[in-house]
Amino acid sequence: METAIEVRNLITHYGDREILKNISFSIPKRKTTVILGGSGCGKSTLLKHLIGLLKPTGGEILINSNDITKINEDEMNGVRKKMGVLFQGAALLNSMTVAGNVALPLREHTKLNASTVNIMVRMKLDLVGLSGFDKFYPSQLSGGMKKRAGLARAIALDPEMLFFDEPSAGLDPVTAAGLDELIVNLRNVFGMTIIAVTHELPSVFTIADYVIMLDKGQVIFAGTLDELKASDNPRIRMFLERKPEQEMYSPEDYFKIIAGE
Amino acid sequence: MPSIAENLIGLAGKKARSVFRDINDASKIVNDIFYWSCISPLKGKPLRFRASIYEMVKAGYNSVPIIAVISFFIGIILAFQAAYQLKKVGALIYVANLVGVSITRELGPIITAIIVSGRSGSAYAAEIGSMKAAEEVDALISMGINPVRFIVVPKLIALMVMVPALTLFSDLIGITGGFVLSVSVLEIHPYNYFQQTVNALLVKDVLTGLMKAWAFGVIITVVGAYQGFKVTGGAEEVGRRTTAAVVASIFLVIVFDLLFTALFYYFT
Repeated sequence: METAIEVRNLITHYGDREILKNISFSIPKRKTTVILGGSGCGKSTLLKHLIGLLKPTGGEILINSNDITKINEDEMNGVRKKMGVLFQGAALLNSMTVAGNVALPLREHTKLNASTVNIMVRMKLDLVGLSGFDKFYPSQLSGGMKKRAGLARAIALDPEMLFFDEPSAGLDPVTAAGLDELIVNLRNVFGMTIIAVTHELPSVFTIADYVIMLDKGQVIFAGTLDELKASDNPRIRMFLERKPEQEMYSPEDYFKIIAGE
Repeated sequence: MPSIAENLIGLAGKKARSVFRDINDASKIVNDIFYWSCISPLKGKPLRFRASIYEMVKAGYNSVPIIAVISFFIGIILAFQAAYQLKKVGALIYVANLVGVSITRELGPIITAIIVSGRSGSAYAAEIGSMKAAEEVDALISMGINPVRFIVVPKLIALMVMVPALTLFSDLIGITGGFVLSVSVLEIHPYNYFQQTVNALLVKDVLTGLMKAWAFGVIITVVGAYQGFKVTGGAEEVGRRTTAAVVASIFLVIVFDLLFTALFYYFT
């Protein structure tokens, strides 16, 4: 198994609070890896580290054998050109049309002339099913369409790696399933390495080849989807079977908490 | 339990730390802005001229009406106030000197700067702040596009050009305001007023005003951008930062005005 990203001993803090506690894992190339976990387990923070938006307190993140925690901004931008990111709210620039948004990375990083850029923009929009919407502004689009436009922008430079932050959050089941299908197609057709952060189980079962599960800042599982389904780790079972967290403290402790002692 | 003295020292330390952090953040932004507007174009990263022109229209052209009206009124007010004193000594004609010099040296630049910080400084903080809240800034970074270069530099260029331009316009309209009042209410002969103004004004009066205006443009952009990039939360913080941007830029404009005025007083 070829690895696309290797994370070694990653530690990170927000202020004094430790978010990721010395985690290590690797992400396979040309597969879809889902980073799974409950709210507040550090998975969004992990994603921000992987795309170089945050610098960790310690540890290494190797992408194509470059440690992105140590390289400078120019070198990082070189790495970023091979990455596409779809943010949770799509993060389209509201001051530009959909076409302008998709054309942005092409205009900034290539020397293609305007007509070629226009053709490429139309191709990408067609790929995500948004032909004819190029003149629309992001505020005129629905949530699902925004995500697809964001995806078109993320794949504008034909990246090797594609990151998704909660791809199906806030979408109705049909739209979410449509987006999942797009993700599967991108991996099958273009052989992209896809990394998605999510907690939506239906989406995980559709798109994932490989799963990394985080719990309270630690990796509690890394393996294929079948291995995840067969796991007997109680935390994983709770997550997969949608069971609520067990009673955390005894009545005496509870009394102490509400009495403020 | 820490004693009162320890608490006080702790409090002072915490305040000092946050002030130093603010200074540090602000200097980083200033550094970035000057790198991306002055150094990186020399390295072959072109400036975004079309975006700059768009910003110029928004910040400059669109504020022409309000600046015209306010400057006209200020000119009239100034002529009235000057006449109130000067007519006692029978030197009404010197209204022209007073209006001309105080508008070009002081009131033109400052009125323009205050209007522009209210209109554009707040808009910059709100725009950048909401882009930050909607992860648009993160999206730019992840596309390998520097947000300072992409968002702030066009605004900086726009204000560096437009604040002096608006100031010149404000000077003209302000003097016209004084002229209109003087020839009508004060019954000064139009030609005399015109001659008196031309004689009173020196090129350096206008130029020092324009230099100030240029600096005010830089201050307004930097403060707006700084407050915008400081947003980490949601809509409520965008509002707070927008207010802070206006207050801070007006304050800094006045501080720098004082500095420049003192400098020009001694060195021109």
